[in-house]
Amino acid sequence: MSKQKDFVKFENVDKSYDGKVLVVKNLQLDIEEGEFVTMLGPSGSGKTTCLMMLAGFETPTNGEIYLGGKAISSIPPHKRGIGMVFQNYALFPHMTVYENLAFPLRVRKIPKDEADKKIDKALSMVSLQGFASRMPGQLSGGQQQRVAVARSLVFDPQLVLMDEPLGALDKNLRESMQYEIKHIHESIGVTVVYVTHDQSEALTMSNRIAVFNDGKVQQLSSPDELYEKPVNSFVAEFIGENNTFNGEVSDISDGKCKVKLANAEIMANPISVKSKGEKTKVSLRPERALINPKDKMDNIHNGKIEEVIYHGDHTRVRINLLGNPEFILKVPNSSANLDIKLGNEIKIGWNSEDARALDPK
Amino acid sequence: MSSETKQILTTDGIPLEVSLKKAEKKNKIKAFLLVAPLLFFLIITYVFPIGDMLFRSVDDKMVTQMLPKTFKAMENWDGQELPDEEVFAAFHEDFIKLVEDKREGKLSTQLNYTKNGFKSIIKKLRRKSKSFEEGNYKEQIMAVHKRWADVEYWRAIQRRAPEFTGQKYLKGMDMYVNEEGKIVSVEEDRRIHRVLWLRTLEIAFFVTVFCFLMAYPIAHLLATLPMKYSNLLMICVLLPFWTSLLVRTASWMILLQQQGIVNDFFVGIGLVADDNRPEMMYNKTGSYVAMTQILLPFMVLPLYSVMKTISPSLMRAGKSLGGTPFVAFWKVYFPLTIPGIGAGCLLVFILAIGYYITPALVGGASGTLISNQIAFHMKSTLDWSFASAMGLMLLSGVLVIYWLYNKIVGIDNIKLG
Repeated sequence: MSKQKDFVKFENVDKSYDGKVLVVKNLQLDIEEGEFVTMLGPSGSGKTTCLMMLAGFETPTNGEIYLGGKAISSIPPHKRGIGMVFQNYALFPHMTVYENLAFPLRVRKIPKDEADKKIDKALSMVSLQGFASRMPGQLSGGQQQRVAVARSLVFDPQLVLMDEPLGALDKNLRESMQYEIKHIHESIGVTVVYVTHDQSEALTMSNRIAVFNDGKVQQLSSPDELYEKPVNSFVAEFIGENNTFNGEVSDISDGKCKVKLANAEIMANPISVKSKGEKTKVSLRPERALINPKDKMDNIHNGKIEEVIYHGDHTRVRINLLGNPEFILKVPNSSANLDIKLGNEIKIGWNSEDARALDPK
Repeated sequence: MSSETKQILTTDGIPLEVSLKKAEKKNKIKAFLLVAPLLFFLIITYVFPIGDMLFRSVDDKMVTQMLPKTFKAMENWDGQELPDEEVFAAFHEDFIKLVEDKREGKLSTQLNYTKNGFKSIIKKLRRKSKSFEEGNYKEQIMAVHKRWADVEYWRAIQRRAPEFTGQKYLKGMDMYVNEEGKIVSVEEDRRIHRVLWLRTLEIAFFVTVFCFLMAYPIAHLLATLPMKYSNLLMICVLLPFWTSLLVRTASWMILLQQQGIVNDFFVGIGLVADDNRPEMMYNKTGSYVAMTQILLPFMVLPLYSVMKTISPSLMRAGKSLGGTPFVAFWKVYFPLTIPGIGAGCLLVFILAIGYYITPALVGGASGTLISNQIAFHMKSTLDWSFASAMGLMLLSGVLVIYWLYNKIVGIDNIKLG
């Protein structure tokens, strides 16, 4: 069976709660069957609203959402057959783990022995065998979370929505749960739409990430592309660390451009600038800049080390470079002594390809 | 502590336990002093008077003390035939003393509770006793009125001999101890209390049901509406709560009477004929309507406080898992509100079972409750011991309901706010 390309499809979807402000603006989004797509964005960017429209708890003000080729705006939530994991787990506190998992099966009138098999399978998937008779209140946060995941999958939905499911967990647990959810997704091949504001979570788990801001999808692409090739300065700044230079394009040719800063000129890769004289913000990932480069690079400048912070596996160095006192470098600890000392003058080099000239916002 | 365990000492060499007690003693005294005013206030104004009132229901010393010699002489009487001269003489002696103290009226009231007909013969006896000659009191007393020669009346006096009695409780259940000492029910046409007890339970039960039916949706709205609307609604719920009970009951009288607003409205829309206005007051309907309205906040508030804590995502989860809105409500939301339902129902039922002013004003003859009967005996017949006996019966009824509730639902599940 070939996978459906646009298993979930948002078509020109607008959403407004008060008739004055659009929370979601003309949203277009296609999600392939079996994909793990994360909606990532700051709070208030419209990502949770999108999820709620997909689940059926909010109706689009305009436009249509398709699931498996069918328009679903007029289908009530309980008939959509979409599994959902809520932010605070939403386990039924008066039911045991078993009864929680049995709920979606009972309302579907699945015979008891078949239901028991499904529940066993779902519980073993989240390694919670033997917890069936516990009440949710007797479980730890991580265990509750896993029950919620099992419950959303137990009735074999084609699509599972997760609304910041790991928000309430501590850091270590969150990381191990990220892998666990990712592995579950890989093993059963269900389509997952995941909402989070945590970029590392999004980068770890997803096939594709939709970065939301201001009610719009800013970029929809795979994690590596999103990190390496942000298409605008919001994405560049929201995902990962970022060094920026504000300037004006002074020359543009052969897929390269010159950007004039206050007192220097750098070479950059023109992404959203097209002609001379445009204002731009040049974005450069910290790990793409090297100290005392041996290879030939088309940007080599001198900077002064302002701060050195030891991080164990790497050292962060803050450098005053070309009038930007917040220029960050990451130096892996294995590298030879590079003369990184506070106050030293050093040479910094990077390829113009990695310096992306984006919109000036 | 076993003898082998080494006693732990503080650095000063004092045993740790002693030291701990000493350190905590100050705090305990402080804590006690803080609650002491309220404690004494409660003992003086609550425990003592209520205890005294309840004690009255079994206390029968009054007659015992008024006729000490009579009861002493009666110890040898078998109660089969008229007592002999010794009893009559003792009774005469007690009676003369009572007349001197002007207390014979109290005696007649008391004896009249036991058997009707004592009032007039005691009055007569007082008039005649002034001209009694010494000796042969049996003949002289029997000559006063033929009832004095009736053994039944002497048995009635004898029944008042014990210092304590449970008769008031029997009377509250329309029963009494007959001449043979057996507990029997009174004649059917005089059984007023049983009817009242049953009616009290019935009205309290239905008022609770009506309150529940109306309060549940209101409480749900209160808990789920946006703040600005729910605050307004909350004020609507609380406003009658802050209004005087009497005012609210009186307004129901204005609304419900035959020439009242509700009837005018029914006539206006042609629902009933002008000359056939239904009676909605001075009967059970009046009690139901007014009590339901007045007790409604007591149901809304506990329900609201429980519903407020139920996360809306639970209903959403129920729906997203495939439950219809009704299934999600019935399997998920409703079970979670049970603590609030329990608290609200218990509160309303207990309040309704002892309700007094409202049924007295709008209940009429068929809508009055047992508490109105208690008030009647407190104020009109002045039979306080009977009133307090019924009060205690009411109280034990409430305690039984509380106990049952605890058995069935569990008192820990109650949530009042």
